[in-house]
Amino acid sequence: MVDKETIYSYLENVCDPEVPVLTVLDLGIVREVLITEDAIAVKITPTYSGCPAMNTIAVNIKFELLAQGLKNITVEEVLSPPWTTDWMSDEGKRKLTEFGIAPPQYKIKDNPLEEDAIIPCPRCTSKNTDLVSQFGSTSCKALYKCKDCLEPFDYFKCY
Amino acid sequence: MTDKLVSYVLQLADNSLIYGHRLSEWTGHGPQLEVDMALSNIALDSMGAARSLYQYAAELEGGDKTEDSYPYLRDVLQFKNVLLVEQPNGNFADTIAKSFYFDCFQFHFYTALQNSKDKRLAEVAAKSLKEVAYHWRYSKGWVIKLGDGTEESKEKMQTALNAFWDYTGELFTPTDLENEMLQEEIAPKIEDLKDAWQKSIDAALEEAGLSITDTTGPWHHAGGKNGRHSEHLGFILAELQFVQRAYPNSEW
Repeated sequence: MVDKETIYSYLENVCDPEVPVLTVLDLGIVREVLITEDAIAVKITPTYSGCPAMNTIAVNIKFELLAQGLKNITVEEVLSPPWTTDWMSDEGKRKLTEFGIAPPQYKIKDNPLEEDAIIPCPRCTSKNTDLVSQFGSTSCKALYKCKDCLEPFDYFKCY
Repeated sequence: MTDKLVSYVLQLADNSLIYGHRLSEWTGHGPQLEVDMALSNIALDSMGAARSLYQYAAELEGGDKTEDSYPYLRDVLQFKNVLLVEQPNGNFADTIAKSFYFDCFQFHFYTALQNSKDKRLAEVAAKSLKEVAYHWRYSKGWVIKLGDGTEESKEKMQTALNAFWDYTGELFTPTDLENEMLQEEIAPKIEDLKDAWQKSIDAALEEAGLSITDTTGPWHHAGGKNGRHSEHLGFILAELQFVQRAYPNSEW
């Protein structure tokens, strides 16, 4: 029988289709892996309610495990506790910055509405940045511009 | 009891669906690219919340119901959304005024619904609240920007706020169903949300240099929550349901 550690290592291969540098583990959406005699259940928690990537992620998890030779796989969504960016791994935040997206800057309980948030530019690290729009290319991101290197950038909002 | 819970869940779902559908009409037509993307994203969050609720209703009802049964196969009188969310988008200030009132309501409503005795509704509320907080921040931001902008933007924002003011009363007037749900500790007491809502609205308007002159007094449009809608909902459904009506049971 396959062990949990092996399943988690397979899940390292499944990425978010919209933010392809992040694996589902980096995102912190895998809540539980249950292994029984003849079946495997992966429990994931949805990110944003309307996120179109969720269905793709569920299908990709299934495909990855099938490709590894496993059978009877189910992927279940669990609503509670709701996903939060606090669950994003440090490795995930590092990868986001490298990719050009500023990672979440706060723990959700400290500053839930990100009032007066200072978001450093992922390219030049300047803190001299401005919010352009509360919503960027996806719901989970806001659009900022850097007033030093003059580049626009996405910011992965606290959730 | 399950019947009533289903009706209540559908009422909340209909609010989110119709609100989201209206905002999605801006997709490709926003006055700026950033606005286009923002309104589309808010629409998506809202439809996502609607889906969670329709899925729950389908589970409660069982049989051959699915999340699609409700948005696609019910007629106008069976929809229980408030009248505010079905009103046409009008100009950009009109859309922002509707969102300003409704996002603020949703923020306070979901905050209270987190304490519902119905575990699933409490879970949906906790999740949606995180999203609605950003919606509210967005619409509030635009009210302040337009109010504090040019003479023309201020005038248009004020006109829009006045135009939709008398749709806000329905948000806080409970129906028999809502009162029954309150008895069961499933629904929050919506009359009690009014003060907090008013405070949030007033604070934003003050910052925007705008104000609401209450010209209607206690009279407000109402009826949506009982299925009595304005003419606009029929047109929304005609578009929303066309494919399912013309080609029943078709799937992508």
